[in-house]
Amino acid sequence: MSTKEQKIGEIIAEHHGREGPLLPILHDVQEEFGCVDTEAEALIAKGLNLSRAEVHGVVSFYHDYTPEPETRPVVQICRAEACKARGVENIIGDAKAAAGDRVKIQTVYCLGLCSSGPAARTGDDLHIRLDKEAVTKLVENA
Amino acid sequence: MTQIVKISDDALARAAGADKLAAAFEKKGCEVHRTSSWGMQWLEPLVEIDGKGFGPATLDDVDAILDGSSDKAIGTIEEHPFIAAQTRLTFARAGKTRPLSLEDYEAHGGWSGLKRARQIGPEQIVEEVTASGLRGRGGAGFPTGIKWKTVLGAPGPKKYIVCNADEGDSGTFADRMAMEGDPFALIEGMAIAGEAVGADQGYIYLRSEYPDAIRKLNAALKLCADIIAPFKCEVRVGAGAYVCGEETSLLNSLEGKRGEVRAKPPLPALEGFLGRPTVVNNVLSLAAVPHILKEGGAAEYAERGIGRSKGTMPIQLAGNIKHGGLFEAPFGMTLGQLVNDIGGGTASGRPVKAVQVGGPLGAYLHPDQFDIAFGYEEYADADALIGHAGITVFDDTADMGEMARFAMEFCAAESCGKCTPCRIGAVRGTEIIDRIRSGGRERDTLETAPQMHNTPKDKGRSVEQEIALLTDLCDTMKFGSLCALGGFTPYPVMSALKNWPGDFVNNPDAVEKALDAAE
Ligand SMILES: Cc1cc2nc3c(=O)[nH]c(=O)nc-3n(C[C@H](O)[C@H](O)[C@H](O)COP(=O)(O)O)c2cc1C
Ligand code: SF4
Ligand code: FES
Repeated sequence: MSTKEQKIGEIIAEHHGREGPLLPILHDVQEEFGCVDTEAEALIAKGLNLSRAEVHGVVSFYHDYTPEPETRPVVQICRAEACKARGVENIIGDAKAAAGDRVKIQTVYCLGLCSSGPAARTGDDLHIRLDKEAVTKLVENA
Repeated sequence: MTQIVKISDDALARAAGADKLAAAFEKKGCEVHRTSSWGMQWLEPLVEIDGKGFGPATLDDVDAILDGSSDKAIGTIEEHPFIAAQTRLTFARAGKTRPLSLEDYEAHGGWSGLKRARQIGPEQIVEEVTASGLRGRGGAGFPTGIKWKTVLGAPGPKKYIVCNADEGDSGTFADRMAMEGDPFALIEGMAIAGEAVGADQGYIYLRSEYPDAIRKLNAALKLCADIIAPFKCEVRVGAGAYVCGEETSLLNSLEGKRGEVRAKPPLPALEGFLGRPTVVNNVLSLAAVPHILKEGGAAEYAERGIGRSKGTMPIQLAGNIKHGGLFEAPFGMTLGQLVNDIGGGTASGRPVKAVQVGGPLGAYLHPDQFDIAFGYEEYADADALIGHAGITVFDDTADMGEMARFAMEFCAAESCGKCTPCRIGAVRGTEIIDRIRSGGRERDTLETAPQMHNTPKDKGRSVEQEIALLTDLCDTMKFGSLCALGGFTPYPVMSALKNWPGDFVNNPDAVEKALDAAE
């Protein structure tokens, strides 16, 4: 048994008794491996006695699960209405320029910081009141 | 005696630098209490010493704040106009207590609603919640007492309380602040709901975009497990789908399925989580309950507000606004009062152009409509909605054509895919708006080819015809969608087109004519 198989087995065992265990399992797998790939889908399907199609259907529905790991650092930038009202579209070009190919700039919709945008998230850290300089610095340090 | 300094540990305060500030005050020998946030977000990080506030504070302000010479002083916080003008019932403890301190929670009236609920029993609880006039704060405004009565009367050995903490609407953050700042109040509300309907298991479906709230609620649940027992409760983290805020989609997600919306009936109250009777309520609905269940609380709640909008609403002032934050007030204030008097107008200092109320599915209101009173029916009458009470302000640099397009784009990106008008219509909607903005559409080479017998050989679609098409599409979405994502996206789109035609075309009269003709 590969270590991946073993680890996924452990994750499944941990959540198996819960009502509706699939999302908690997928979260843990995504966290552990940085993605939920086809191998993981197959193992989870087997463990929960579901079809692979069912598991893939769920995985592909949600934005948080990705088929491949992201190797670059990720900066999530909110581009929803309230952050647009505060000018996020004027700084997104600077963020992308600073990012180049090294950093992934990901669009998200609302981080709950809507009075103080433009807002961004890196890992579990949140950033507000971003302007051109601040967003450039944030991306450069990501 | 060591100086006690209060600094919030709310996510917004932390993003504004509250952690470093707290460490700096500790280094100076102060005792720092990390409290919830007062909700004056433009002043975060706000430092409180002996009831007096200083903000927005930076590390450079620490010495001056301590020696009393700081120019960041705002005076006594409770007397600040932004706070003094509020009626805080759901957010009564905001700014005052440490979120994870059971001691603070009890000292400020915590658990008294649950204690009383246990004495008076299910029927009486439901009666008091009904009498309070509380309506669902998640958007639909359904009377909470009636929902609970249905679940109480539903047969079945196992029932559930599900808290909808998916708060996906742009411009809203009251759920986040309630969960981070006063987690025990939400848990108490859920335990009371459990008592009322005979449920012993609760789930909080919390969006993954709120890491601080997830951490705090998990910690709070551990701390109060004995107090709420035999009621049990667990946090379930969402996976980044806006539509999972819709209650039936949420239930599917909780069960481990795709977050597709279910047709109603059956109502979740009768066949909800795993097919069992389930209360699904928004965070604010549940967090309002402990106050309502206190002796005399229901009457105190019901006597506030206007018409069928009773009690208070935690309103969120967001976007391009000078004084953004959380403002809890009885229903009835006008939009103009909220935006200009309380909010102080735009942050940029430019004129207000548009205000979106109720998140991405809410209409864009024009300053001409500023006398509209904050209430469910009042907004519905204006083809608008209060939704989760987010108010997003735009100044005159906003391009409303761009915002209308974004509304369609958002709907297309977040559609659960079940209905065609929403899944496909929203994509077509962005295309039509693009064409309106680029002056209509010419026939392409293929269409003009003589072999294409069925294509019209005219010059193409004019702007007027494109507008008629958009109006028709919006009607189809309104009446042919299963849930409000597809059904309400037309509100921001059409309100933007009606109020700011000049942001779509050079000749605004053409829009008016086309709209009139389409009606
Ligand atoms: C697309 C869509 C998104 C929604 N998002 C939320 C949400 O984030 N939070 C919420 O409480 N209700 C949301 N709702 C409303 C819920 O479906 C439901 O009405 C609510 O959770 C019921 O609780 P309440 O009666 O306490 O408001 C949404 C509805 C739709 C159609
Ligand atoms: S309107 Fe859109 S989101 Fe709602 S059920 Fe239909 S396809 Fe799904
Ligand atoms: S809209 Fe950007 S944080 Fe809410």
